[in-house]
Amino acid sequence: MRNTRRTLITAIAAIGALTSVAACGGGSDSSASGSGSGKADGTYNFWDPYPQFDASSAWGKLVSKCGSDAGVKVKRTGMDTTDLGNKALLAAQQGNAPDVMLVDNPVVSTMVEAGILNKTSDLGLDTKPIQKNILGAGEIDGASYGVPIGANTLALYYNKKVLTAAHVDPASIKDWASLTAALKKVKAAGKKGITFSAINTEEGSFQFLPWFWGAGGDLTKLNSDKGVAALSLWKQWVGSGYAPKDVLQNTQTTSWQQFATGDYAFAENGTWQLGNAAKAGFDYGVISIPGQNGGSAPVPTGGEFVTVPVQKDTSRYDVSKKIVTCLTNSANLLTTDNTLTYVAPTAAVQAEQVKSNPELKPWVTAVAAARGRTSGGLGTKYPTISQPMWTAVQAALSGSKSPNDALDAAQTAAGKGN
Amino acid sequence: MTTARLDRRSPRSTVKFAATGTVDRTDASPFRRRQRRRSRLTALAFLAPLALYLAAFYVYPLYRNLDLSLRNYTVRSFVAGDAPFSGLDNFRTVLDDPTFGPAMRHTMIFTFVSIVFQYVAGLALAVFFNRHFRLAGTLRALFLIPWLLPLIVSASTWSWMLNSESGVVNYALHLVGVSPVNWLDSPDWALTSVIIANVWIGIPFNLVILYSGLQNIPGELYEAASLDGASAWQQFRRITFPLLRPVSAITLLLGLVYTLKVFDLIWIMTKGGPSDASSTLATWSYQLGFGTLLPKFGPGAAVGNILILIALVFGLLYIRVQRRQES
Repeated sequence: MRNTRRTLITAIAAIGALTSVAACGGGSDSSASGSGSGKADGTYNFWDPYPQFDASSAWGKLVSKCGSDAGVKVKRTGMDTTDLGNKALLAAQQGNAPDVMLVDNPVVSTMVEAGILNKTSDLGLDTKPIQKNILGAGEIDGASYGVPIGANTLALYYNKKVLTAAHVDPASIKDWASLTAALKKVKAAGKKGITFSAINTEEGSFQFLPWFWGAGGDLTKLNSDKGVAALSLWKQWVGSGYAPKDVLQNTQTTSWQQFATGDYAFAENGTWQLGNAAKAGFDYGVISIPGQNGGSAPVPTGGEFVTVPVQKDTSRYDVSKKIVTCLTNSANLLTTDNTLTYVAPTAAVQAEQVKSNPELKPWVTAVAAARGRTSGGLGTKYPTISQPMWTAVQAALSGSKSPNDALDAAQTAAGKGN
Repeated sequence: MTTARLDRRSPRSTVKFAATGTVDRTDASPFRRRQRRRSRLTALAFLAPLALYLAAFYVYPLYRNLDLSLRNYTVRSFVAGDAPFSGLDNFRTVLDDPTFGPAMRHTMIFTFVSIVFQYVAGLALAVFFNRHFRLAGTLRALFLIPWLLPLIVSASTWSWMLNSESGVVNYALHLVGVSPVNWLDSPDWALTSVIIANVWIGIPFNLVILYSGLQNIPGELYEAASLDGASAWQQFRRITFPLLRPVSAITLLLGLVYTLKVFDLIWIMTKGGPSDASSTLATWSYQLGFGTLLPKFGPGAAVGNILILIALVFGLLYIRVQRRQES
C-alpha cells in the first residue's frame, strides 16, 4: 500500500515537473486563444510586433483611428516578433487568427506556406506604387501576400572622432581590404574597430548576409569559396581583435550599445537606430557596406508587411481591406515610417522623407539596392538555410571549426532541412 | 520532505481503514449501505476537481506532445490539423541529427555536475546553519536570494558578469593577473559557464530541503555521540548522513528532474551557443519548435518526449532504490 502510493506520487512529481518541457515541445496552444476572441461583434483584431508602442503612442492612435474610420473598433495586440509568428500559427489552427496582422517580412513565406494569408490581388489591394524589391520580400510564386509598411536595412555607422584620431578617411573605404586596413589603424590608435551581431538567431544571419552577398555568395550553396571568404573576413576581424569576442552574444541592440559608448569606430546596424544615433552624443556618419571588391554590397531588406489572414467569415475582408488601405496611404506611411525611422516603400513618400530629413538619403539608396531574404524563389527554404548559416558563423567565430568546415556542415544541414 | 510527511501520515490512515473494515462486517443494514454509497459519492465529488485538473493540465498536454511527435507536421498541416501519422519517423530524424549526440552529452554533463555541486554545497551549508549561531537566520535568508530572484534577472546578470569584453568576472581575474576567459563565447567554456550559474541558482533549493531534514534528526543522538567521544566528522558520517538518506534521495531526484529540463537559464545566457556548444535536449527542443522562422513541431516534440523518458527512468530507479532500502 505504502509503496504503491509512493510510486504514484513520485511518478506524478516527475511528470508534473516535466510538463513544462512538454509544452515547450510544441503542445502549448492555450496562450493564443485569449487574444483572438471577441469575434462576433464589430471588434477587429490587429496584431503587430511593436510591443514598445502603447495605445497612447502615435502608432497606437493611428491603428485605432483607421478602425474607427472603417466604422469598427480595433483591438490591437503588440507582441515580440518571434512570438507573433508562433502565436499566429496557433491562432490559425484554432480558427481565430487576427483580422489584420503586421508581420516581419521573412515570416510572410512561413505564413503563406501554412496557408493562412490572403493574396493582395484577391483582396483588391493596390501594390503598384510600391518599390519592387521591397514588395518582393512578401511574394511567393509571383503572388504578393502583404503590403509593406516600410523598409529598413543595414549600413555601417562610423564615429567621426574615432576615425579622425586614427587618421582614417571614411571616403577611402571602398572594399573589404580598405575597411580591414582602416580597422587596423583604429586598433593601433588604441580604439576598438567594429561591432556587429553574430548571435545564433535570425538577427545573426541578417547581419552576416551583406558580407555573404557582398562576396557574391549564393544562399543555395553556403560552402562556396565566396561564402567562405565572407566568413573568413569576420573571423579575421574577431581573431585580430578588430571586433570584440562578444559579437557572438550581441543582438543588434547590444551591438548598438557598444557603439554608443563612443569607443568603436564602426557599427553594422540598421535604419531604426538613426533616432538613437542622434542621441549618442558624438558625431557619426553612415556609409554603405562595401562589397568584397568594391561597390556597395547587397543588403537584406527588413521591415514589416500588413497582411490579412484567412477568415471563415469572408465578409470581414471588406473592413480589413479598409484598415490596410488606411494604414498604408501616403500620409499615414509618412508618419509611421518617421516614427519607426524606416524608409517608406513608395518613391513618392521616400522623396518627402528625404526632403524633411536629408540624413535618410543614404538609407533610401541602400533600400533601393536591398534584397528580400526569401526572394529569388527561396520562400520557406530560407529558414532552413538561415539556421545552419548562423550556426556556422558561431562555429567559425568561436574557433570550434574553420570557416570552410563550418560552412560545409551548414550546407549539409541546409540540404537535409526540407 | 514528501517522504517524511508520508511516513508520518500513513500509519494513521491504516488504522482508520482497519476500523471501518470491522464496522462493515458487523453491520450491513440497508440504511448503512445507502449511507455508505452516499459517502462514496461525496468522496468522488471531492476527487473530481483534482481528476479534472490532472486530466486538463497533465494528461492532455502529454497526449498532445506524444501526438505531435508521432505525426509529420508541416506548418500547413499544423494549421489544417491533418498531419499524416508517421510512426517513429520524427524520433529517427532526431536521433540521426548531428546535434543529438552533443545535446545528449551536454544534458548529462549539465545535470550531473550541477546536481553534485548543488547537493554538496547545499548539504555543507545546511549542516553549517544547523549550529544555530547568531545571525544564522539572516544569513540563511540571504542564501535564499537566488531562489527568490526571477530567473530572467539572475540569468541576465550572470551573462553580464561573464561577458568576455566587459564582464566583472574577467575584470576580477585581470586584477589577480589571470588572462581573461571567453566564458560565453568559447566552445570550451560555454557549458561550464551555464553550469556555474545553474549551481548558484540550485543551492538554495538543496539547502532548504536538507536543512529541514536535519531538523528531524533528534539532538540526543548527537549528545550521546559526543559523550562517546565522536568527532564532528564522525558525527556527520555516522549520524547525519545516514539519517538524512531519505531526504537526500528525494532532493536528488527532484533536483535531477528540475535540472534536466533547465531551459530558460541556458537560453538567456547562450541560446545553446556558440554553435551548439551549450545546447541541451531542452534548448534543442525549443530551437526546433520555436527557434527558427519555420517551426519543426514534430522533431521538437520528439526531443521533449525523450527528455520525459529519461526523467521517468530516473524516477523508477529512485523507487527501486527506495524499496530496497525499506526491505
